[in-house]
Amino acid sequence: MISAEQIREHVLHARPDAGLELISNLCPSCQDSLLVAAEDAVEVARLLRDDPELRLDYCSNVTGVDWPERPVRTPPGSAPAGQRMRAEVAARPGCFEVVYHLFSMSLKHGPVVLRMRTENRSDRVRLPSLTPIWHSAEFQEREVFDLYGIRFDGHPDLRRLLMWEEFEGHPMRKDYLPPAEDDVREPFAAARNRMVQ
Amino acid sequence: MRLVEPEGFGANGVGGGDGDERLLELSMGPQHPSTHGVFRMNVVLDGETVVRLQPVFGYLHRNHEKIAESQSYLASIPYTDRLDYFCSLSNNWAYVRAVETLAGIPVPERAEYIRVILAELTRLQNHTVFLGFLLGDMGGWGTALMYAFRQREEILDLFEALTGSRMMCNYMRFGGCRCELPSGWMEQARAVVAGYPAFLDEMEQLLVENEILVARTQGVGVVSAEKAVNAGLTGPILRAAGVDYDIRKVDRYGIYDRFSYRVPLGEHGDTYDRMMIRLLEMRESLKILQQAMADLPEGPILHSDVQVRNLCPPEGEAYCRVEAPKGELGFYLISDNTARPYRYRIRPPSLINLTLLEEMSLGMKIADVMVILGSIDIVLGEVDR
Amino acid sequence: MKLLKHIRFLPGSGILKGMLVTARNLIGSYYDPRRLRTVRYPEERLPLPENSRSVPFLVYDGDDAETGLRCVACHICETECPARAIHIVNACDKRGKVLKRPHRFEIDISACMGCQICSEVCPFDAIMMDNAYNHAAFERFDSLTLTRERLAKPNAYFHRIKPTEAAEIDSRLAADRSRMEERRRKKEAANATHNESAR
Ligand code: SF4
Ligand code: SF4
Repeated sequence: MISAEQIREHVLHARPDAGLELISNLCPSCQDSLLVAAEDAVEVARLLRDDPELRLDYCSNVTGVDWPERPVRTPPGSAPAGQRMRAEVAARPGCFEVVYHLFSMSLKHGPVVLRMRTENRSDRVRLPSLTPIWHSAEFQEREVFDLYGIRFDGHPDLRRLLMWEEFEGHPMRKDYLPPAEDDVREPFAAARNRMVQ
Repeated sequence: MRLVEPEGFGANGVGGGDGDERLLELSMGPQHPSTHGVFRMNVVLDGETVVRLQPVFGYLHRNHEKIAESQSYLASIPYTDRLDYFCSLSNNWAYVRAVETLAGIPVPERAEYIRVILAELTRLQNHTVFLGFLLGDMGGWGTALMYAFRQREEILDLFEALTGSRMMCNYMRFGGCRCELPSGWMEQARAVVAGYPAFLDEMEQLLVENEILVARTQGVGVVSAEKAVNAGLTGPILRAAGVDYDIRKVDRYGIYDRFSYRVPLGEHGDTYDRMMIRLLEMRESLKILQQAMADLPEGPILHSDVQVRNLCPPEGEAYCRVEAPKGELGFYLISDNTARPYRYRIRPPSLINLTLLEEMSLGMKIADVMVILGSIDIVLGEVDR
Repeated sequence: MKLLKHIRFLPGSGILKGMLVTARNLIGSYYDPRRLRTVRYPEERLPLPENSRSVPFLVYDGDDAETGLRCVACHICETECPARAIHIVNACDKRGKVLKRPHRFEIDISACMGCQICSEVCPFDAIMMDNAYNHAAFERFDSLTLTRERLAKPNAYFHRIKPTEAAEIDSRLAADRSRMEERRRKKEAANATHNESAR
């Protein structure tokens, strides 16, 4: 299996100006990821798919992650080992992230984790769609749009997937407050409404 | 149901032609006997031929992911049962494997064997039911479906004797399984496995050469290998297109590298091949089952120092997948070192396998759409989550 | 044509073969239990396996459902229940001191999914899975909320529905008790010698 670092070098070799950053993951799964700049994403994705050594022809999983603004608890740099991710994230202003898990069906390797970040959580939430590269992202990007409100430029059919068209809000955002359940009997209602918040 | 003017669809490259032509827009589902649950398709028909098809999801959406992010790692296991409710044990396995990868939890050998046995039994019963439903979708209500359900009952009896529930098993735990096999279970399971080939022979005799079935399935819903890969199809419908990709072989997760079995591949990528692949896969599953049952070691069933309750995995993330009967079932977890997952994501095979539904159906008759949908084998609990 | 490839013998032979299977099943269903697995349900019922589970119940020792309840109202099951179907209120004594037993213990079985997580996490073996499955009622709320009175069932009932598990738990509890007893006796003995030497 090729490591994320090797892939990064490989891509930078072909496209030296691509914005590609390695994000290490220190938990036992050791799945490091590559953070790609939004403007280079389509190019990099195409390269990953078509490069004869990588041939990441199969995009398995596409999902969003919400990172709200957080008070900086550990100043970056001074974080103890094993805490790098939090330090790194906490230092950032809030953003949405889209994560793609790529595999190669022809060379049978993977996963390669590709991430993109929006600039903030309110108005600058556009990212390029990778559906033209991997058709399998079509429904999943729609789902991310539906549940997180990330807009994908270049998506052929960006509509809500699971919620209905008239629905307002994006339920998977960490700050989404669901309406209270109203037909639950009293002693349970409080617990259950607490649960969804 | 309404008649639409062809001009309305001209913009989308559909319709056109002279003024006599009328397209029919038909909403199939969500209440429809052949949509396998509450699933809707907006179909545009030219006569009986499909010119456009849009799947509509969400009728069974309950935001399982959000619920899971608000509770402990343990409490999500019973919810995974309800994704693909035919295959709760595969779902359990996918999820606990993701947590085990995230937290670095080892699994005792006996538990691994039991997991393989249960996952393969699940595959058997899923494919069995698939065959019955496929016939149902072709209009052969009853016969094959009842045979399939009768046979599946034997496996569900096994599940109930072991886990306490026929379908909502909730059996696997981080670092192993929940309880030991009850006495006599193994003998019963051996008998079920031993009796299965006779059922498969009968099913083959019933289906494989049946002229009506052949006419209804061959050349219907063809998908090429290249498109299947690009659209992320997985499981039997990918292999029916001839792509050799079985996660049990590729990732060798669990202890699958200890068994000898083959991966059946199709040639045409049509509905008939998808059906045959499943028949052949069941035979391979039986092989795995026989080997696993013969080698089942003694030992603990749950790793002794795993904290099942209040588990706090270290900070980080993991994506982990298994070959569920319907395709690649993956779980993506991000932990922030608290007792609740920060992000919990399911990669549902049923949803992504529908990506090519429109492409498979274009130019087919409306009755074929049901067969194609049946051959993809979806469960709405997993599509909508 | 692809169709021809599959016709081996004469057109219709595949269907005939299939008919043979249905005929075998039709006749077989009269004498082969493997071909007829159903029973006439309400009159005839299949035995439930021992592990079978429906909704939880509370076990009590002895014959008094009030005092024999094993539950100490620790709220662990309440927090772990994935469906938040359990609601517990501790009992209090006259001066308002919280007691280690439930005043109210309610399970909303319209929400309970029978997952048995509660009985798995309970450290006191106080909540167990029942296997009675007839819970239909005409009203959604009160009839489907099992209160402590309806939940409490004697240990003998537990023995009847799940003999193996009940015996296992009983022997474990007995072992725990005798160990406690042992420890208490040792401590007393130690105290006694201590007091003696002090004197
Ligand atoms: S049933 Fe068990 S876990 Fe629940 S409150 Fe009582 S003692 Fe605690
Ligand atoms: S069985 Fe499951 S859902 Fe029902 S009360 Fe127990 S923990 Fe809650």
